[in-house]
Amino acid sequence: MDQNSNGYTYFFAVAMVLVVAASLSFIATTLKPMQDTNVEQEKMQNILSSIKIDVKREDAAEIYGDYITESFVVSASERVDGVDAFSVDMLKEVRKPNTERNSPLYIAQKEGKTYYIIPLQGTGLWGPIWGYISLEEDMNTVYGAVFDHKAETPGLGAEINTAVFTDQFPGKKILDDNGELLGIDVRKGGSTTAYEVDGISGGTITSDGVELMIADCLEAYIPFLKEYLNTGTTSSADL
Amino acid sequence: MAEVLEKDVQKEELIDKVPKEPLFSKKNRKLLSDPFNDDNPITVQVLGICSALAITVKLQPAIVMTLSVIFVMAAGNVIISLLRNFVPNRIRIIVQLVVVASLVVLVDQVLKAFVYDVSKELAVFVGLIITNCIIMGRLEAFALGNTPWRSFLDGIGNAWGYGIILIVVAFFRELFGSGQLMGFQIIPESWYLANGGFYSDNGFMLLPPMALITVGIIIWVQRSRNTKLIED
Repeated sequence: MDQNSNGYTYFFAVAMVLVVAASLSFIATTLKPMQDTNVEQEKMQNILSSIKIDVKREDAAEIYGDYITESFVVSASERVDGVDAFSVDMLKEVRKPNTERNSPLYIAQKEGKTYYIIPLQGTGLWGPIWGYISLEEDMNTVYGAVFDHKAETPGLGAEINTAVFTDQFPGKKILDDNGELLGIDVRKGGSTTAYEVDGISGGTITSDGVELMIADCLEAYIPFLKEYLNTGTTSSADL
Repeated sequence: MAEVLEKDVQKEELIDKVPKEPLFSKKNRKLLSDPFNDDNPITVQVLGICSALAITVKLQPAIVMTLSVIFVMAAGNVIISLLRNFVPNRIRIIVQLVVVASLVVLVDQVLKAFVYDVSKELAVFVGLIITNCIIMGRLEAFALGNTPWRSFLDGIGNAWGYGIILIVVAFFRELFGSGQLMGFQIIPESWYLANGGFYSDNGFMLLPPMALITVGIIIWVQRSRNTKLIED
């Protein structure tokens, strides 16, 4: 057969596409369950890490239940029943206006104290960034924070997931004296107040992304948190 | 038609008479060793510079990138070499691209399933591997005209020649830029200005221009030692 004929070229192209598509989709489907388990374990690891419990990814699922006592979904100022908090896709939720979001809230018990863990989702320079921030019982003081990213530049924006950056968060406040949300300002240069942390040198856009993400995601919880602070309960039946 | 067939038969007989080359003959060894020095893809051919700038801030991603490129380039070279007599000339670049892209997707999927933490390091580089000029360059210049074994050696040689530069650049950038290697603190904390010492990290090392300057210094050192490379 003439290798330079149109017929051969078409035949070759079609055969190549079929072979490649079939083998890649076979591999992707076979490996999917393992990949999903990894992602789930990592999510549990991150949630635990936001209340300063460091576990290996493989052990996260076992330890998760020991600390996370309750998880539910919050929408506006109400608790929504019948939605599994762990499986909420934050990427979809943050696209909605924050009064319509289904925002998951995890409640953790550690050493006799209660912590409230809020998932975050935002945009960095090259792709999505996300994280978890845990609040102390006053629902104002930050207890811990973890961040991660899909594609930020190593050494620059990618530094948001290192301790150098996240260790600045504990002790910071999110509400001002009147109970209004201030969020946490990721600043260039030294941070001075309880509402500021230092940004990453050379990672300004990612740092700004973290700031926006915290403000945007926390806002969805504010009506609920206010309600909670007034009544001291998380159960919708009691509100 | 009969004449053509006769010629083919003669050609095949000739091929049979050529003594079989040992696997690591001098010529084959050169395929592995040349890209280290005389024909280094980065410092001599000046290819693959973009990824060398982007991923050499830290040592670990540079090593992960090196290993992935070694796999993709060796496997891609072998596949293209096996297909070399069947690939229609007009779509050969597309065929090469499909082969490289599928190998990269394959690497990514396998890493995600078995070594999830490494795959997170790699995620940002996947696109860079597909667009790495060295890979397409070797497929086009070497694998399309050589046997699978020779192509395999050429792939390993070039990928390693590329990787060694990445690792050297990343070593200096991470050491002077953040005082660490592989994430471990190398420069003692007590040397830092903040702790009463005299040292402070060179933040410029973390920015891409410094990678270009480091590569430039490597080229300079290499040419002063290897006078063959100096152009008139």
